[in-house]
Amino acid sequence: MTPILEACGLMKRYGKIQALAGLDLVVKPGRVVALLGPNGAGKTTFVRAVATLLRPDAGTLHVDGIDALRKPAKVRQVVGLAGQFAAVEDAMTGRENLEMVGRLFGLTRKEAKAAAVGVLDLMQLSDDADRLVRTYSGGMRRRIDLGASLTGAPRLLLLDEPSAGLDPGSRIQLWDAIRGLVVTGTDILLTTQYLDEADRLASDIVIIDHGKVIAAGTPAELKTRAGDDVIEVHVRDAADLPAVSDVLAKLGHDPRVDVPTRRAYVPVDDGSSRLMDALRVLDSHGLTVEDVSMRRPTLDEVFLALTGKPAQSTDSPEQHADA
Amino acid sequence: MADTLALSPRVPRAAVNSGARLWVSSFVVAGRLVRKFVRTPQLIVFTAIQSALFLLMFRFAFGGAIGTGGSLSYVNFLVPGFITTTVLWSGMGAATGVAEDVEHGFIDRLRSLPIPRAAVLIGRSLADTALIVWGLAIAAAFGFAVGFRPHGSVTGALAAFGLCVVFGFAFEWIFIVIGLVGGTAQAAQQLGLMITTLVFLSSAYVPVKSMPAGVRQFSEFQPVSPMVDAVRGLVTGVRGQALLAHGTGYYVGLSLVWAAAIFVVFGLLAALRFARR
Repeated sequence: MTPILEACGLMKRYGKIQALAGLDLVVKPGRVVALLGPNGAGKTTFVRAVATLLRPDAGTLHVDGIDALRKPAKVRQVVGLAGQFAAVEDAMTGRENLEMVGRLFGLTRKEAKAAAVGVLDLMQLSDDADRLVRTYSGGMRRRIDLGASLTGAPRLLLLDEPSAGLDPGSRIQLWDAIRGLVVTGTDILLTTQYLDEADRLASDIVIIDHGKVIAAGTPAELKTRAGDDVIEVHVRDAADLPAVSDVLAKLGHDPRVDVPTRRAYVPVDDGSSRLMDALRVLDSHGLTVEDVSMRRPTLDEVFLALTGKPAQSTDSPEQHADA
Repeated sequence: MADTLALSPRVPRAAVNSGARLWVSSFVVAGRLVRKFVRTPQLIVFTAIQSALFLLMFRFAFGGAIGTGGSLSYVNFLVPGFITTTVLWSGMGAATGVAEDVEHGFIDRLRSLPIPRAAVLIGRSLADTALIVWGLAIAAAFGFAVGFRPHGSVTGALAAFGLCVVFGFAFEWIFIVIGLVGGTAQAAQQLGLMITTLVFLSSAYVPVKSMPAGVRQFSEFQPVSPMVDAVRGLVTGVRGQALLAHGTGYYVGLSLVWAAAIFVVFGLLAALRFARR
């Protein structure tokens, strides 16, 4: 089967910033892939290259078997893009926005009307369809923006930080909408800075940093490598940290210490029972702690586990890059 | 594509999105902008008020101090200039509009769709030219209200109106380029305002003869003056024509050459800037 996306040695430089530094990626059809990485990792640059909004300096890029560098117009017939901003017209209703984009995808007036009805239903915006978008909430705007790309029939839908800037409630609604698409079989490539978002939506996670893929796999695979959970101990006296670290080393692997915040933490595989162990051993050693907690690993910790160095949030080239 | 059929069973889905053709997509893009204008009453009202205040200021505050250097009354001198330069004031909105679309990702959305990319610019220029026609009609109505009376043929007046639309269309491309390179709406607005210096350093509000050497040469040379002079020659009859160094035809020809040159140069710049990726 033709991969829906195949990037090989993709390079893009903006002045001094190497936004893509030899990115390789193959995505099979029928997947929802999350590109996970810190600001400036090259996520947006990559999405823009796939959407043919920018031309890579070197490397090859095929979308659904079409050469994106040689035949960008053909690629535009099979992709849909919802960018970081909700690119919808405020002074038009939700329905009008969808019909407009549907027409541009090549539908007749009648087909565009029908497509808008279908998409409004899918995005659960039927009740608000005839209100001007300027009266919409942030979450509704994102959903109508996402929906606009679906008035055509994109084989690959590109979502660039779909939930950035949304409140938790709207974020969950948007996730539901995206999951609804998965059921219809649309292939999705989304970018995110949040591990939980990637975890909830994607069948595959691709971690990128400094313009390169540094790890890829299912959410379960990646988390196994980073540890399922993290046990974190907050001590009263920083002098206790080495001793606490020794205790944690027996529960998981590779404990880390953060002296300024007086914390030590370790990734573990079987969280709840390890937490009990931690409490018992700390108590038996007579170590006074402020707080012991168990949580999911953060993106930073996944990075740390995979690369041995923290995720560096450099100034985002894609924000400044003028394309 | 059986899987995507589930999305909306009523719509026949093509294997790929064929995309709209040039004219359909241009009109769809233009339709959005016209709707935006019509549904944003602030835009309509403020532009009209601004234009009226401007006219009142020159007609009644400064007008008394400005001599036309001939038998043409100042109101009949002023209003053709005022109407002609309206195209720059109305067109300026395009610079901020385009910059906003770039900033807010709207241009990206359009550029990622399977349409000819030229449609994005053509649609914009069509819509804004329509708005310029509206602005011209308002300006003309204000002109009559403050006492302007044309002294020429009806054909001349219609030709003058048509010329203004042509000038508006040409200047539109300057503002589109400003919007594309401006980066932000504010920057584009500032750049756009600089272009309107051409309005003040022209024959629109004062006779260029009253300007000192240097400024005067610049005013006579730059495109706005021949445009204003062409319109003035067409609508003010012999009194207005007496103020012009050449016949009306000369200014009509020169201004059309300018309009064509502006369109070609800035249309090309816009296309190049837009195609870059």
